[in-house]
Amino acid sequence: MSEEQPKQEKQNKEFDWFDRPKSRRLLWILLWAICGLFLLLEFTIKRKAVFTIEKMPFFFAILGFVACAVSILIAKGLGYILKVPEDYYEPEEDRLPWDVEGGEDNA
Amino acid sequence: MPEFPPALLLIFGAALVPILPLAARRIYVIALPLAALAYIFGLPHGEFAQITLLQGFGEMTGLRVDKLSKAFGIIFTLNAVIAFLFAFYVKRSDQHVAALVYIGGALGVVFAGDLISVYIYWELMAVASTFIILARQTERAKGAAFRYLLIHIVGGLILLAGIVLTIGAQGSIAFDPFSWDARHLGTWLILVGVLVNAAAPPFSAWLSDAYPEASVTGGLILSAYTTKTSVYVLLRGFTDPGNAAHEAWPILIVVGCVMALYGIIFALLENDMRRILAYSIINQVGFMVCAAGVGTSMAVDGAVAHAFCHIIYKSLLWMSAGAVLYRVGKSKCTELGGLYKTMPLTLIFGTIGALAISALPFTSGFTSKTMIVSDIHHHAELFWAWLVLEIASAGVFLHAGIKFPYFVFFNKDRGHRPKEAPKTMLIAMAILAFFCILLGCWKAPLYALLPNGGLDSYTGETYQPYKWAKIITQMQLLMFSALVFFLFLKLLKRTPTIVLDTDWFYRKFGKIGYRFADGLFNTLNATVHRVVVISGLGKLGAFLAKGPQEVVGALGDMFAGESSDKIAERLRSGTFPIGLAALFGMLLFALLYFL
Repeated sequence: MSEEQPKQEKQNKEFDWFDRPKSRRLLWILLWAICGLFLLLEFTIKRKAVFTIEKMPFFFAILGFVACAVSILIAKGLGYILKVPEDYYEPEEDRLPWDVEGGEDNA
Repeated sequence: MPEFPPALLLIFGAALVPILPLAARRIYVIALPLAALAYIFGLPHGEFAQITLLQGFGEMTGLRVDKLSKAFGIIFTLNAVIAFLFAFYVKRSDQHVAALVYIGGALGVVFAGDLISVYIYWELMAVASTFIILARQTERAKGAAFRYLLIHIVGGLILLAGIVLTIGAQGSIAFDPFSWDARHLGTWLILVGVLVNAAAPPFSAWLSDAYPEASVTGGLILSAYTTKTSVYVLLRGFTDPGNAAHEAWPILIVVGCVMALYGIIFALLENDMRRILAYSIINQVGFMVCAAGVGTSMAVDGAVAHAFCHIIYKSLLWMSAGAVLYRVGKSKCTELGGLYKTMPLTLIFGTIGALAISALPFTSGFTSKTMIVSDIHHHAELFWAWLVLEIASAGVFLHAGIKFPYFVFFNKDRGHRPKEAPKTMLIAMAILAFFCILLGCWKAPLYALLPNGGLDSYTGETYQPYKWAKIITQMQLLMFSALVFFLFLKLLKRTPTIVLDTDWFYRKFGKIGYRFADGLFNTLNATVHRVVVISGLGKLGAFLAKGPQEVVGALGDMFAGESSDKIAERLRSGTFPIGLAALFGMLLFALLYFL
């Protein structure tokens, strides 16, 4: 849509803070800082551990990290089997009688 | 005494929608659920609208009001009001009619006091929701609606079989809790029928298949009711916290845990933003199903609270995704990105929903989800369930909390410069975002709605989610999940693909089955047509035209000595000697006699 519009002036006005490399670096620093902060705050709390594993220092940080990393790796692995092209179910020559043409998402 | 079920207000009220002019209709569809909300709010507790239909099996109860049904009734109607405000742009009336009937069906199930009513409203929901999907009027929506209906017919029939067996076993149609130790085939079938609608794997593919094919408004409305109605039925039918003799259904804990993890993995695999949200419904409903399996008063309260908050933040997420789809016309992560530049308000509201679903402290998800997890934490034997739910909490932040906003609003600028969402959409999103934060900071009104008032059974006081230690550990969990997301961003790169789910079996085998049936029956049909109609009828016709004459000719030749040509000549002119006519007459009688 925008590519047709006169470029220079439009882009100068546009809010593009998140696209700037500087901002991205700042956000990275912020993320690490927040993670560090909440690790440090671990020393201000007294945890009521019910399960032995909870007694491990920084347990929830480790759990969050490991759980997400493993989830992503599992998803990546499963992707090789489960991800298929978008027209997998509807190749052109494979239409069934009820697959009739319809309209747009008209209100 | 209230004798009028709120469900009927919406179901009959829907009939007026098509005849109203557009401006009046827009107000009407918002006012109708608002009236239902006010009505439900004022309902006294008790059982009303009772009629006897099956002698000896107890009364049908159209209106059972207690805290559990009221809590669901309130959130169902509240969500409907705001969803219809969001849908202000819709000009056609068909979607609204279907939506009102569908929401009415959900209210019907929630306030039904007997199994027959539950079943009737249950099926009404299935039919009405199919029309909501069809209303998108695309080829894909038609296919999805077709599959959706098939699955729900199967699920509904399983439920019906269960209900019939259960009525036979308990001798009444009353919808009271089923205990684990008194389980029988009937209760198992009811459980399976309900779990189909709760989108528990392997019966879950209908959700991620159909909801994202619905229109902007359709997806929004669908996301709130079917699964949460099932959660209500699970809480009503499979838990009984007030009754010490009742035993909960431990299998639901396993089902809930599987749902929570399954939703995450598939949401991570998905490319379509509304499919990501569809999978995160399964993940969130997993928490509620798990709580129903635990069945303690605190777990049930947690499940109700979570259903309440979930409907709000999930609607908010579907709204922000809907606004993007409405403005950009695309819903795939690979085709979206950089929208923060022109749709900042949609981004902000969507992010509030994303943070609420992730249970960030001071959002509604935190006050509800921690209640479930905290109750499970007290049961030493439920270590694995607790661990899975904590892992799932981290995973939610990964796929719904960050992945959804990041790939839609940030990531790569794909040159889209859409206008900000229409004002009515923004107002609807603002209201829900407000609720997400309000219920996160002020838990009292939410807990007041819960069946046991949010009582913490371990301290004897109202449950307190905001403990310093809980906030810190939750923040650790979430922030390190966020860190993983950005560290592993390369592995999360979106591809223009779809993900195979369990619907593969019926979609592929359905096609094979179709082709098999096509080959078998159409070949059979064609063969029969060829043999009977084309050649068979011709031969029969020729026989009927010429046959009698040949028979008569042959007989005349045999008995009267006249040649068959001569007989044929006589047949044409109708002149037979008397003897010959008498002979034929006698032969005819002999024929009739022997036959």
